[in-house]
Amino acid sequence: MEIHTYEKLWLALALVLIVGFIGTITYGAAGVGIEMIDDEGGTVDPATLDDHPKFGDPGVEKTGENSYDVYVVARQFVFEPGTTQPIRVPEGSTVTFYVTAADVIHGFNVVGTNANTMAIPGQVAKFTVEFDEAGEYGLVCNEYCGSGHHVMEGKLVVMEQSEFDSWYEQQQQEGSN
Amino acid sequence: MATASGPARTFVDRFPSEAGVIKANLLVSFVALGIGAFFGLVQALHRTDILRVIDSADYYTMLTGHGVLLAIVFTIFFLTGFFHWATARSLDRPAVSTLYSWAWFGLMTTGTVLATIAILGGLVPNLGISADVLFTFYAPLQAHPIFYIGLAMFIVGTWLAGADWFLSYRAWRSDNKGERIPLQMFMVLTTMIMWYLATLGVAVSVVFFLIPWSLGLIPSVNPLLTRTLFWYFGHPIVYFWLMPAYMMWYTILPKLSGGRLFSDPLARVVFLLFLLLSTPVGIHHQYLDPGIAEGFKFIAMTNTMFLLLPSLLTAFTAVASMEHGARQRGGEGYLRWLGALPWRDPAFTGMALAGILFAAGGFSGMINAGMNINYLIHNTLWVPGHFHLTVGTAVALTMMAGSYWLVPQLTGTKLYSRPIGLLQVIMWFVGMVFMSNAMHRAGLAGIPRRTAEPQYQNFEFLTPIGSIFELRVQIALGGTLLFLSVVLFLFNILLTSLGEESDRPVDEYLPEPLSGPEGSPRVLDNLGLWTGIAVVLVILAYTLPLAGIIQNGGGLFGGGLPIPATVSAGLDFVTTLVTTTVNTLLEVAA
Repeated sequence: MEIHTYEKLWLALALVLIVGFIGTITYGAAGVGIEMIDDEGGTVDPATLDDHPKFGDPGVEKTGENSYDVYVVARQFVFEPGTTQPIRVPEGSTVTFYVTAADVIHGFNVVGTNANTMAIPGQVAKFTVEFDEAGEYGLVCNEYCGSGHHVMEGKLVVMEQSEFDSWYEQQQQEGSN
Repeated sequence: MATASGPARTFVDRFPSEAGVIKANLLVSFVALGIGAFFGLVQALHRTDILRVIDSADYYTMLTGHGVLLAIVFTIFFLTGFFHWATARSLDRPAVSTLYSWAWFGLMTTGTVLATIAILGGLVPNLGISADVLFTFYAPLQAHPIFYIGLAMFIVGTWLAGADWFLSYRAWRSDNKGERIPLQMFMVLTTMIMWYLATLGVAVSVVFFLIPWSLGLIPSVNPLLTRTLFWYFGHPIVYFWLMPAYMMWYTILPKLSGGRLFSDPLARVVFLLFLLLSTPVGIHHQYLDPGIAEGFKFIAMTNTMFLLLPSLLTAFTAVASMEHGARQRGGEGYLRWLGALPWRDPAFTGMALAGILFAAGGFSGMINAGMNINYLIHNTLWVPGHFHLTVGTAVALTMMAGSYWLVPQLTGTKLYSRPIGLLQVIMWFVGMVFMSNAMHRAGLAGIPRRTAEPQYQNFEFLTPIGSIFELRVQIALGGTLLFLSVVLFLFNILLTSLGEESDRPVDEYLPEPLSGPEGSPRVLDNLGLWTGIAVVLVILAYTLPLAGIIQNGGGLFGGGLPIPATVSAGLDFVTTLVTTTVNTLLEVAA
């Protein structure tokens, strides 16, 4: 088959570019350790979410010295927690999110960051985020979920450790009463 | 007889029945373009808060209309018309049965009308018919059954259209044993094989799950399963849009430039690569989906990156063919030959400008494809910014520009106005530069797509350069220019079709390529072999993810989402029986 010399050169460069892209992405995944959302979070029955040990009363839970789990339910058109009450975590912590949807497919994005996942009924999205500094972030549903999609938002507050501790203690006491 | 006609006679004189079918296809396509573009204008002004004439809840109805009418109806009816033209032209023979051609056109049109009624019903309160589910119709968002039924009829119509072209090819083959498949016919056939393979996903999703569910026959669906089946179809459809544009860049653009196609064999290789790689990549739209293991996402990413290859090869061929044309026209120098190209011809200029923006869209697509960097822009305005460069310009502008050359062959009348045509394609280019660069930048600032009012209480979006207000103005201005460009296009085509008949309305002769098919291996034309490999690649990419989704996600029909429908006990029993059996089989198989 007759291929022009310049075209051969172009073909070779194109292949180098492609292999280069795959290489950098592989490095990002394996070397830098950027985790993908995958099937690790498992599944959940969306019809009985209210009876679920975690999603029945979603929120923040301390799991170790500096580590926390946050359970979030997305439903038309709120995040629980996130919308009426902000999600609160302490600075310098490692937080694992478990996000699911109660009705239709939603998105869960910490605005301006790569903490971004789809929330699909029946599936649990699990991902880990490190919060270095205190501050406030917006939460936004970035998948169309119905006529009120544009009002579905929330807030995530990264608190100073002492402030968080007293808030968390108060929550625990209220919960046990 | 067709064989007696030389290239000097107009297409409509040689194939009057085919021309009629093609014109009907283009008519539906262009009506959809007009309505869809109008919705686009309303959206561009609404979401930027420049002008809000509709309720924000109706925004999503219009967005569904915009997506379906432009991405499905405009593009695919243009494709069916164009492929019908290319089949008759490249084989130099009429279709096997005109009645059959009208039958598939009728089925596609009926399906389109049903789906459009379902969508527009959303604008009429108390009608009880709506389909505010957007172009992707992710369950459990539910549309009226006629939306899904219309969609199914439309898809089946395209299958029958493909059969029409395969029948023409078979008839040609029996008269031309041992000859190479004419290039345009080859492109039609490979594109349609890809389409048959790709539409299986959406057909299964719609027929087995969404139609029964919307009729209340089954209580629920597995949302991740129907979503995955959508994207099984939803990525290759991108190439279904693109292949008519590529066909024009390969077979018409070189002629418009004043030259000839650079290489016939490599054009065949490119179309075969699209047949092989278009489908086993759909999971790259689901990088952020739970329930799909990282390994499957990695496979989809790798396949996607290799899909860059045929597009990069096309970029080379398109530019090389244009340079050849320019030099034939007396162009010289390293870059000065660019000035020798026929920039006053709207068909040429439109395609060339479409190619330039496609290169930009290709680069933003590489970001989308990069599975970890994608986290930053997934579901932001970056994504519509990207596909308004690809389907919205590479495809749409090429189709409009191509129409300036194609429509006179079908009507037998000269193009009404070349200057207006030129203004139209330049307006599209300028409008899209404003709109898409601002959309990409807004996406980097985190502004979500598919949102009526991206203005929130808890936070503000920040952009490192410029301001959010400036981005909004650019989007609104770009959207307005794009709408006006469509108005000019429709006006020009309408007046062309009303014009006086001419003996030679346009120069339709397409010269042979510089390197013909003779030198290329005959295995390129072995369509059975390539179809087989394409099927194997799809099986490899999809079997395990689909099995996992069905097994872990509560079976074929999901985990009992509450649905406001009464289900008879008998049907319930059958559904349970089927689900249990399939689940048991899957467990045994695993």
